[in-house]
Amino acid sequence: MSELLPEGWELICGLEVHVELATKTKLFSGSPNRFGDEPNTNIDPVTLGLPGALPVLNEQAVELAMRIGLALNCTIQPCTFHRKNYFYPDMPKAYQISQYDQPLNIDGHLDLPGGVRIGVERAHLEEDTGKSTHIGGATGRIHGSEFSLIDFNRAGVPLVEIVSRPDIRTSEQARQYVSELRAILLAIGASDAKMEEGSMRCDANVSVHRVGEPFGTRCEIKNVNSIRALGRAIEYEARRQYDIIESGGTIRQETRHWDDAEGRTHTLRTKEDADDYRYFLEPDLVPLVPGDEWIARVRTNLPMLPAARRSRLATATGADVQGEAVSVIVERGQDDYVLSVGEAGGDVARALVYVQQAFAEEPPTPRVPSKDIAALTVMERDSKVTSTQAKTVLAEIVTNGGGDPAAIAAAKGFEAIDTSEVEGFVDQAIAADPDAWQKFCNGEQKAMGALVGMVMKASKGKADGKVVTAILNARRG
Amino acid sequence: MANIPTTAAAIADAVRAKEMSATEVVEHHLGVIAQRDGDINAFNLVTADIARDAAKRVDAAIASGADVGVLAGVPIAIKDNMCTRGVPTTCSSNMLAGWKPPYDATVITTLNAAGAVMVGKTNLDEFAMGSSTENSAFGPTRNPLDTSRVPGGSSGGSAAAVAAGFAPVSLGSDTGGSIRQPAALCGVVGVKPTYGLVSRYGLVAFASSLDQIGPFATTVDDAALITEVIAGHDPKDSTSIPRPVPSLRAAAREGVQGMRIGRVTDLPEGAEPEVAARLDEAFAALEKAGARIVDVTLPSLSYALTAYYLIAPAEASSNLARYDGVRYGLRASAADTNAMYGATRAAGFGDEVKRRIMLGTYALSAGYYDAYYGKALKVRRLIADDFERAYAQADVVLMPTSPMVAFPFGDKVDDPMSMYLCDIYTIPTNLAGHPAMSVPFGTGAHGLPVGVQVLAPALGEVAMFRVGGALEAAGGAR
Amino acid sequence: MAKVARLARLDIADSDITHFTEQLAKVMDHFRDVDALDLSAVAPMTQPYPLVNVLRADEEQPCLDRDEVLAAAPAAEDGRFRVPPIIGLVD
Ligand SMILES: [Mg+2]
Ligand SMILES: [Zn+2]
Repeated sequence: MSELLPEGWELICGLEVHVELATKTKLFSGSPNRFGDEPNTNIDPVTLGLPGALPVLNEQAVELAMRIGLALNCTIQPCTFHRKNYFYPDMPKAYQISQYDQPLNIDGHLDLPGGVRIGVERAHLEEDTGKSTHIGGATGRIHGSEFSLIDFNRAGVPLVEIVSRPDIRTSEQARQYVSELRAILLAIGASDAKMEEGSMRCDANVSVHRVGEPFGTRCEIKNVNSIRALGRAIEYEARRQYDIIESGGTIRQETRHWDDAEGRTHTLRTKEDADDYRYFLEPDLVPLVPGDEWIARVRTNLPMLPAARRSRLATATGADVQGEAVSVIVERGQDDYVLSVGEAGGDVARALVYVQQAFAEEPPTPRVPSKDIAALTVMERDSKVTSTQAKTVLAEIVTNGGGDPAAIAAAKGFEAIDTSEVEGFVDQAIAADPDAWQKFCNGEQKAMGALVGMVMKASKGKADGKVVTAILNARRG
Repeated sequence: MANIPTTAAAIADAVRAKEMSATEVVEHHLGVIAQRDGDINAFNLVTADIARDAAKRVDAAIASGADVGVLAGVPIAIKDNMCTRGVPTTCSSNMLAGWKPPYDATVITTLNAAGAVMVGKTNLDEFAMGSSTENSAFGPTRNPLDTSRVPGGSSGGSAAAVAAGFAPVSLGSDTGGSIRQPAALCGVVGVKPTYGLVSRYGLVAFASSLDQIGPFATTVDDAALITEVIAGHDPKDSTSIPRPVPSLRAAAREGVQGMRIGRVTDLPEGAEPEVAARLDEAFAALEKAGARIVDVTLPSLSYALTAYYLIAPAEASSNLARYDGVRYGLRASAADTNAMYGATRAAGFGDEVKRRIMLGTYALSAGYYDAYYGKALKVRRLIADDFERAYAQADVVLMPTSPMVAFPFGDKVDDPMSMYLCDIYTIPTNLAGHPAMSVPFGTGAHGLPVGVQVLAPALGEVAMFRVGGALEAAGGAR
Repeated sequence: MAKVARLARLDIADSDITHFTEQLAKVMDHFRDVDALDLSAVAPMTQPYPLVNVLRADEEQPCLDRDEVLAAAPAAEDGRFRVPPIIGLVD
C-alpha cells in the first residue's frame, strides 16, 4: 500500500459480485441454465420476453440464494421483486426482474483469512441478461462495430448479487474477499464461480480520501475478469483518483471500464447520463416469505465452510492456518480425506504434504484408500523408507488408485537399511575423500554435500539423507 | 341443415347428443360471419380453416366415442390479444401485425381441450387501451345494433361478435371495464372474474395487476359455463389462485332469496337518466325476487379514475417496453440500435398507446414516483377498504356498467379525459381485484341497450351469478 | 415531456410533443383531486389477491424451436438476433 498512496491517504473499496447459480433451469422459466450450448437453443417464451409470457420463481434458486445468505451470516427476510426498466438489446423484456428495497439476504459479513471482517450489505436474487457479440470494425469491440448479434441462452439465468460494504482498504483485501467468497460458493454448491466463464463477475466501487476526512467520490469499475485483474484495476484506479485530486482536480462519479491489456480504466458513462430505472414492484410475481422452518432446514444442510475447515485441518496437522498447504487442500475439498488418514492410524502432518503434492488431479474423495496413505506415513515416520522413497511409493499408489506401500517398497528394493549399515557407508566415504572430510570438519558446509552424495551412491539411495547428515554431524563432534 | 341453437350450452348438448355435427355448427357461423362481418369488422382474422379442422376433430372424436369436453363444437371468438400458436396475434397494433406466437395462451389450451372451436381473432383498441375499439390499426368495429355507433371497448370485437351472432360466446380481457362496458353497449352478458381466477399466461399484458380474461355470452348460463371452463389454477401464472372453481351455472339458477343487494348512496354522478332508471328497476326486480336492498357507501370511488389512470399506464409503460424491434414484430430501419428503438416504437404504436406510455413513464420516473404512482397505490388501498366495509353489509353491489349507451364514432376519441370517464363505474372492481359482470337490462336513449353491473367481493362469483341470473330472469324490457 | 419520450424510446415530433403535452396536462389536471387526501397512514396496495411463495420445481421444460423463433425476428444471422450497432446505450 505504502507505494500506492502516500502516508495519510486511504483507499476505500466496496465490491458487487454477481454469481450465476448452479440450478438446472432459469430463474423464472424451465429452459436450461447451461453454459456453452448452441446460441438461442435454451429459450422459451419467458426467456425471450414474448408477449403474454409470465415468470414463475425457481424454488432451487431461492434455496441456493438462501445458502449464500446463511454462509455470509446474513439475515434472511421476507422479500419482493421489482422491475428495473432500461433498454438494451440483450435485455428481452426491457426490464430486469431484480430485488430492490426488500432483498432476500441483508446485513451479513465475510471474514478474510487474516481476520479482517468485511460487511455484506445484501445478497439479492435477479435474472441475467443475454449476450451481445459485436461484429465488424477494427477491434471487434462495441465501438466501431457494424452490427451486433444477440444470444439469449444466458437471459434469465439466476444470479445472486452480493454487495459488500465499503470496508475493503487494500487491493490485497479485495483479492482475498473474492477468493474467499469463491471458496464459500464452491463449498456450498451455490455456483461454479468461474470468473473466466463469467459465472462470477465482479464490479469494484473505488474512492480515495485523506484518513479522517469524509469518503471521496467513487467510481464503479466494470469488466474485471480475474482476481489478478481486480487487484490491478483497484490499484490503477486509486492512483488515478489520487493524481487527479493532488493536481487540484475533482473526481466525477462515473462507471469506468477496466482494460486488462492496456492496464487502465476509462470512462464508460458518467452519472449524468445514467438511466432512470423507474423501479416498481413486479406485478407478475408475489412476495417470497421464507418461513423459519425452511430457513432452519437450509441452515442444517449447510456444509462446513472453508474457514472452519481450514482451522480444523490446521489444528489437526499442526500446519499454518494461512499457509498454502491448508488452503490448497481445503480448496480441493480433500481436507476430510487428510483427516481420514489420521483416523486410519496415519500421521496427518505427513498426509497433508502427500496429498498436497500428489493429489492435485484427484477428486475431493480420492480413489486411494486412506489406509494405504496411513501405512506409508507410518513407514516414513519410522524410517522404514526415506522421504525420497516414500515419494516414489506414493506416486505408484496414486497411479494405481491404491496399493500396499510395504509391498511396493519391497518390490522396489526399498527395504530399510539400519543405522549401522549407514555408519559403514559413512566410513567408506570419509576414507575415499579425506580432503572433503577435512573441509567439512573446518566448517565448510558445502563439503557435506559431497560426503552425503557418496553415501547415497554407495547405498543405492536406500540411506536416509537425514540419518547420514546426523551421523556426519555427530562424528565431527 | 338442423336449426342451430343460439347458446353455447345448447350447441354442446346437441353436438354431444349427435343431433348435429360440429361441422354443421361451424359452417353456420362462418356463413353468418361472411355475410355480415364486412359491415361490423368484429374480426381481425377469421380462422375458417382452423375452425373447420377443429370441428372435424370434434366430430371424429364423437364418432369414436371419446370424451369431447363440455364445449364440444361450440364456436368461440377470441380477442386478438391472446396468444394462439401459429395464428397471428396482433393486439390490433402495427407493432405486432403478422406476428405468430410460438405458443398458446393457457385459456386457448383449455378451450381446445374442452372441444371449443375458435372461429377468429377479434378486434380491440390497440393493446386493449380504449373504450370504443376505435384505436385499432385495422379500423374500428361497429356496433351490430347501430353501425353508426361504437361497440365499446377495448374488447369491442368480441362483444360485437356475440351480439351479431358470429359466435355464441367469445373471450375478452378486462383491465378497467374492457369486457363489461362493451357488453353493456352491445346488449350481451360480460364477466370479469376475480383477479387470479383465470390464467393470464399468454394474454398480452396491458396492466398486469388489473388484467383479467372473461367471457361474453348471450345468456348468463353461457357466461357461467365459459367461466367454469377457463377458471382454475395455472402453475404458469404466479398470480393464479390455487382454488377449485365452484359451480356457477347452478348459482345462476339459484335465485336471490335472502340476499343482501348493496345500493351505493354516494355513487359518482354522470349516468344518463335512462341508465339510472334501469338501475332502479333492477333493484326493484331483485327485491321482488326475495332479496333485500341495503345502502352502502364507497366514499373513495371518486378517486378511482385517478388511481387507475396512473397505475395502468405505469404498468403498461413497462409491459410495452419489450416492443423494441429486436426479437419479433415491427422494426424501423435506423443507423444504430438506440435510434432503431425510437423509430420502431414511434411507427408501431398508435396515439393512445403513446399517450399512456408517456403518462406511465412520467408517473414512475425519478422524482415523480411518490407524487403519482406511489399515491395511486394508496388510493387503491382506500378503494379496496371501502369495498371491504360495503361487503360486510351486502353480498353484492349493483351499479351501472357504463354511464351512457353506445355513442357515435369520433365522439370522444380526441378527448382522452371524456373517453376515460366511460370507465368510471367499471374501474373500481379492477383496482380491488374483484369480480363483476354486466347483464343487459332494458334500453336507454335511442332504444340502445343498458347494462346493469353486479359487483362481488374476491371469489364472490357464486353470489354474483345468482344475482346475474335473477336479473336476466326478471328481464328488463328490451 | 421530451425527456419522458426519450426515456420511453418514442420518437415524437416536436409538434406532436406539444399536442401530447396539452392532452396529458388535462389528464394530470384531473389527478389534482387526490392532492387533498391525507394518505400518510395508508399502506400502498400492490397486489390484488394475497398470495405468497409461488414457486416452481427446478425441472427442465421443452424449449422453443430456434428456427421458428428466428424466422419471426426482424433480422437474424448465425443463429442469433441481429441488431444495428449498439451505441448511446447504457450497458
Ligand atoms: Mg449493481
Ligand atoms: Zn445486478
